[in-house]
Amino acid sequence: MTKKQKRVLYRILIAFFLLAALHFAPVTGWARLILYLVPYLVIGYDILRKAALGIIHREIFDENFLMAVATVGAILLGEYVEGAAVMLFYQVGELFQSVAVGRSRRNISALMDIRPDSANVEDEQGNLIQVDPDDVEIGTVIVVQPGEKVPIDGVVVAGHSTLNTSALTGESVPRSVGEADDIISGCVNLTGLLKIRTTREFGESTVSKILDLVENSSMKKSPTENFITRFAKYYTPAVCFGALAVAVLPPVLNLLLGNPAAWGIWVIRALTFLVISCPCALVVSIPLSFFGGIGAASANGILVKGSNYLEALSETKYMVFDKTGTLTRGVFQVTKVQPSDNYPAPEAGAQAQRLQRDGLLYDAACAESYSSHPISKSLQEACVRTVDRSLVTDVEEIGGQGVTALVDGVRVAAGNGKLMRTLGVSCREPEEAGTVVHVARDSVYCGYILISDVEKEQSAEAIAALKAAGVKSTVMLTGDSRAVAEYTAGRLGLDQVYGELLPADKVERVEALLAQKKGKEKLAFVGDGINDAPVLSRADIGIAMGALGSDAAIEAADIVLMDDNPMKIALAMGISRKCLRIVRENIVFALGVKFVCLILGAMGVANMWMAIFADVGVMVLAVLNAVRCLSVRKDG
Amino acid sequence: MKKTYKIEVDCAACALKMEEAAKKVEGVEEAVVSFMTQKMKVEFAEGSDERAVMERVAKACKKVESDCEIFL
Repeated sequence: MTKKQKRVLYRILIAFFLLAALHFAPVTGWARLILYLVPYLVIGYDILRKAALGIIHREIFDENFLMAVATVGAILLGEYVEGAAVMLFYQVGELFQSVAVGRSRRNISALMDIRPDSANVEDEQGNLIQVDPDDVEIGTVIVVQPGEKVPIDGVVVAGHSTLNTSALTGESVPRSVGEADDIISGCVNLTGLLKIRTTREFGESTVSKILDLVENSSMKKSPTENFITRFAKYYTPAVCFGALAVAVLPPVLNLLLGNPAAWGIWVIRALTFLVISCPCALVVSIPLSFFGGIGAASANGILVKGSNYLEALSETKYMVFDKTGTLTRGVFQVTKVQPSDNYPAPEAGAQAQRLQRDGLLYDAACAESYSSHPISKSLQEACVRTVDRSLVTDVEEIGGQGVTALVDGVRVAAGNGKLMRTLGVSCREPEEAGTVVHVARDSVYCGYILISDVEKEQSAEAIAALKAAGVKSTVMLTGDSRAVAEYTAGRLGLDQVYGELLPADKVERVEALLAQKKGKEKLAFVGDGINDAPVLSRADIGIAMGALGSDAAIEAADIVLMDDNPMKIALAMGISRKCLRIVRENIVFALGVKFVCLILGAMGVANMWMAIFADVGVMVLAVLNAVRCLSVRKDG
Repeated sequence: MKKTYKIEVDCAACALKMEEAAKKVEGVEEAVVSFMTQKMKVEFAEGSDERAVMERVAKACKKVESDCEIFL
C-alpha cells in the first residue's frame, strides 16, 4: 500500500470505531448530531472539499458531488448513521479499487519488465565497468555475464551460451548462440559469458522498441472505452436530474391531489438514488480489463499496439494469411525422392531402393553443385554423401531448364520437364505440388526429386483453433504457383486460396475481401513482415509474426507476434475474446444492477444500505472480474 | 511533436477529466491520459512552446481534479 492508501485506511478504521462507539452512546438532540459529525468529517472531508472545488470550478456532476449531496442530505434529514456509513463504505470501495488497480498494474509491469538497467563495458585494464546502456556507442564490445539481460542488440564476438528468450517470445525453450551470431536485447544469458559488439544504440535496440510499444499501447483506446467516456459524461447529469425529479415531482403531485406532501420520504429516496448511481464500477473496470488483456498477451510474446486492436481482434471473422514464412517455414526442402526403375541398382531387395534414392539425390546434387540457386542448396543439404566437386566437370547451365554435367564419367542432366524434352528424354510430371527436379543419366530417365516449402507443424492446428474461435473464413494469399497454393491450402484446411499473386495483387485481394464483410466484422492479415507492409496496413488488423529482430514488421503491424508459431494467433484471439467477454459482463452486470436498484430506490424498496451495496459491491465485483483478464491458460 | 509525461492520479474517472481538460488547452493538438500506466501523452500544436503549454495543462488539470500531479 502507498502512503496515501495507508492514510485512508487509518481514517476508515478511526471512523468505523467512532461510529460503533456512538451506536451505544445515549445522546440525543444537538449533541448527537455533533458527535456523529466527527466520524463523518474524519472519513469524508476530502470528498466534501473536492465537491466544493468542483462546484467552484463549474465541474459539478462527478462522484464526489453525488456522495457529498447524498450524505449531507441524509444528515440534514436526521439520518446521521446512514450519512456517515455511506461515506465510510464509499471510501472502503475507493481504497479497495485503488489497491486492486495498483496491484494489477504492478503485476502487468512485472510481466513486461525486460528493461536492462546497465551494460558492462571492459576498460583498458580489462576491468568491467557498469555504464548506462544509453551511453554505449555502436561498435562497443559489451560483456554479458550469465544471469544478465542482454542490454543492446549486437553480434557475438566471443563465447558460447544459451539464451532465454521467454521475456520476448513467451517461448521457454532456450536458444543457443555462438560466435558471429546476431543477438537481440531483452534475452537473458543463461550459461556462458558472452562478448558482444553492439550494432545499434540502446534507443534503437529491440528491447527499447518493444517497451516503447507496450507502454504506449494503452494510449490507443478501444471503441468500448471511448463509449464509457462519452457515457459517463451524460450519465451523471442524467441521474442528478433524475434524483431531483424523484425528490420534487411526487410531493408536488401529492399536494396537487390534496394529500400530505411527504417531502421527507421522497428526499431520502432521491438521496438513495444518488448513491446508487455512481458510475465507478464501469469507469474503472473497463480500462483495467483491456490493460490486463494487453499485459497477458505481452507475457506470451504477443504485442498488441492498443486496446482498439484487442477489441477488433475479438471481432475478426476473416483471417487472411500469407503463405511463405507464415503458414510454411519458408525454407525449401527435399520432400520426396522417386527413382525410376531405370536407375542402376548395385544390389537387389529393400537395400536397393535406399541406395537408388541416395544415388539419385547424389547425382542431382553433383550436377547442381556449381549453381547458387536455392534448389541447389536444398539438394546439397538433403544429400547424405558429401559432394566431391572435383568429380564434376563440363557443367552447362541451361537457363530456365536446369543443368547438365559430367559426374564421374556419366552425363547427368537435372532440371525440369522442359530440359528432359530438350534432351529427348521422356518423363511424366508427378501430381504432387512443388518444384520438380527430373534426373537423367546418359539420356536415360532415372526419376525425380520433389522440393517444396514445408508447412509449420502447428499451422493446421492453428487454423482449426481459429475456426473454433469463430473465424468465418480463412484465406491464403501467395505468390507461389496455383498448384502449390491449393495443395498447401487443402492440407491445412483453409477455406479460400489465391495463388500467383504479386505483392500489389495481395493488396487488391484484401480490398476485395474487405468489401465483402458486413457490419462489425473485421479482417486480419497475418504475414511475416517481409514485403507485405502495404497489406498489413490495409487490413483492419495487421499481424506480423516472427518479428524478433525485424523492425519493419514491428512498425507496420498492429499486433506483433515475437516468434513465428502460428498457434500464437489463436492464443491472441483467445485472450482478446476473453477480455471482451469480461468487459461485456461488467457492462451488463454493473448497469443491470444499477438500473434495478435505481428503480427500487425510487419506489422506496431499496434503502441507503442497499444503495451502498449497489455502488461499492458492484464495483468490487467488477474489478475482481476485470483482474481475470490477466490470467491465460498456457496450453492455449 | 509528441511527449509523454508521468502523472499521478487516483481514479479512472479523474484521469478522463484530466484528458478532457488537457485537450482544451491552447497549444495542445491531442492529449491522451492512461490511468493504468499513469502517463499522459501530449501532442503539441505546430510552433508552440511545450514548457508553457504544459504549465497551462497542469493548471487546467488541477482545476478539474485537485489531487492530480503531472511531473514535468
